[in-house]
Amino acid sequence: MAEKKQFQKGKMVPVPSVSIIPERDLGKTPVLECSHLGIDFGGLTAVNEFNITVGRTEIAGLIGPNGAGKTTVFNLLTKVYQPTRGTILLDGMDTHGKTPAQINRMGVARTFQNIRLFNNLSVEDNVKIGLHNQERYSMFSGILRLPRYWRQEKAAHERALELLSIFDMQDLADHQAGSLPYGAQRRLEIVRALATNPSLLLLDEPAAGMNPSETAELMENIVKIRDTFQIAIMLIEHDMSLVMGICEGICVLNFGQIIAKGTAEEIQSNPVVIEAYLGKQQ
Amino acid sequence: MSFLNNVITGVSLGSIYAIIALGYTMVYGIAKMLNFAHGDVIMVGAYVCFFAMGSFHLPPVAGVVLAVLVCTVLGMAIERLAYKPLRAAPSLAVLITAIGVSYFLQNSAQLLWGAATKVFTPIVGTSGNSSLELIPGQLSISYVAVLSIVCCIVVMVGLTLFTGQTKLGKAMRACSEDKGAAQLMGIDVNATISMTFAIGSALAALAGVLMCSAYPTLSPTTGSLPGIKAFTAAVFGGIGSVPGALLGGILLGVIEIFAGAYVSTDLSDAVVFAVLIIVLLVRPAGLLGRYVPEKV
Repeated sequence: MAEKKQFQKGKMVPVPSVSIIPERDLGKTPVLECSHLGIDFGGLTAVNEFNITVGRTEIAGLIGPNGAGKTTVFNLLTKVYQPTRGTILLDGMDTHGKTPAQINRMGVARTFQNIRLFNNLSVEDNVKIGLHNQERYSMFSGILRLPRYWRQEKAAHERALELLSIFDMQDLADHQAGSLPYGAQRRLEIVRALATNPSLLLLDEPAAGMNPSETAELMENIVKIRDTFQIAIMLIEHDMSLVMGICEGICVLNFGQIIAKGTAEEIQSNPVVIEAYLGKQQ
Repeated sequence: MSFLNNVITGVSLGSIYAIIALGYTMVYGIAKMLNFAHGDVIMVGAYVCFFAMGSFHLPPVAGVVLAVLVCTVLGMAIERLAYKPLRAAPSLAVLITAIGVSYFLQNSAQLLWGAATKVFTPIVGTSGNSSLELIPGQLSISYVAVLSIVCCIVVMVGLTLFTGQTKLGKAMRACSEDKGAAQLMGIDVNATISMTFAIGSALAALAGVLMCSAYPTLSPTTGSLPGIKAFTAAVFGGIGSVPGALLGGILLGVIEIFAGAYVSTDLSDAVVFAVLIIVLLVRPAGLLGRYVPEKV
């Protein structure tokens, strides 16, 4: 009951108008709209008054100093944590009371800051886990291996290889996921997330641990993924060349609060952001 | 020839242990809990088959199918009512609950069907001779033993194909590795755990019927010792590993029969557990289990 009240309270307040949606996405329902989103852990407010709108094909960045609450925001968006306050709308639909699995089916997929692949499964099977909800056959036809099972599994196999080819990884399909080199594991996580057919892809530090040339390649691939799949991508990243290079709208978080929003140029020249990162000028 | 006879008896008993051990190992692999009520599901399965055949005069096949169906539902109900509410609780709380469920099932059986031991009618080999003569007068194998071994092979092959090559099986493996990541990939973790309990309990029912066909006495505590031994077999082979359950089960059955034949019938269980302790001293993760060193 208490939860429901809070939810309604959040709904009554109008969504703030500050918007950094690219022009081409205006007039379409945004992929993601958060209003007054917040979560408390005991007495600690980890995220508060988080308002953001992400356009259908936007590449959005979420940056901030360590411990600012960036990953907490991703956990709220995917309902790993249930928000204490506020609303999250996906494609205009409310997500109140949804489980992480349901959120995924509503079109949100993510990667993890510390890679969380299914290490003992093959690369292909990792991708097929992502395809789980698109394979349609019953346990019955799975056990008896009816024609439907073969058709669906063949389609899943082809789809998995096709997705892996984005990163030129189709030859690694039979390898064990845990045995892949670090960079390939990061890429496989993105492929696995893409396999769930998302309309919003959340990348948690995709370039972490990558060298400059790998990062440059990753930037190209992120843009390529957006262009091919026509989806929105929101990423957390500490590598400023990546964020400033490809993000159309950037949102800066500090101590759980949004302190600035805008384009790359606006953020780079914003004194509040500079202060959050470098401290006050003497 | 008595040696070969013992091998046959051991392998067939081991096949039954293996089928039960699979239930333990699958549930452990996915829910990370030891379902000590698993042994008592065996007993319920055997009772259902007993009454289906005895009181309702159904053919044995129908009795087995009915037992499997009842235990599948029972397993899912136990998970839903007793374990699911404790998903976030410490593992010790879940373990104690499992012991509680075990006693609950035993006492319910006693209340419903009485404490008196019943004589189970084997599902095969009741008409005429009950065994197949391989070498007349010297080497024979009972039909129940043949059936146990065949069932074990079918179950093993079926389960390996199911977990390895179907989407639900892959979902199970994904859940066993990382439930959090699995649900963020859109997998319904609760449904997957429920399905695991369903499969494990269905196998328990099958094992119960086979067990009581081989050793035809049935009482409310029939399931507890085979349950403990199958658990031992699962640990022996490496808990969480499906081929480990098979290997552990077969070895346990063979060791038990050999200890009974060559050491002492009274000591057979003691020998079984002594071997287990020695194996675990040498290989702490079991024969096929993987020992994962902690990263520092």
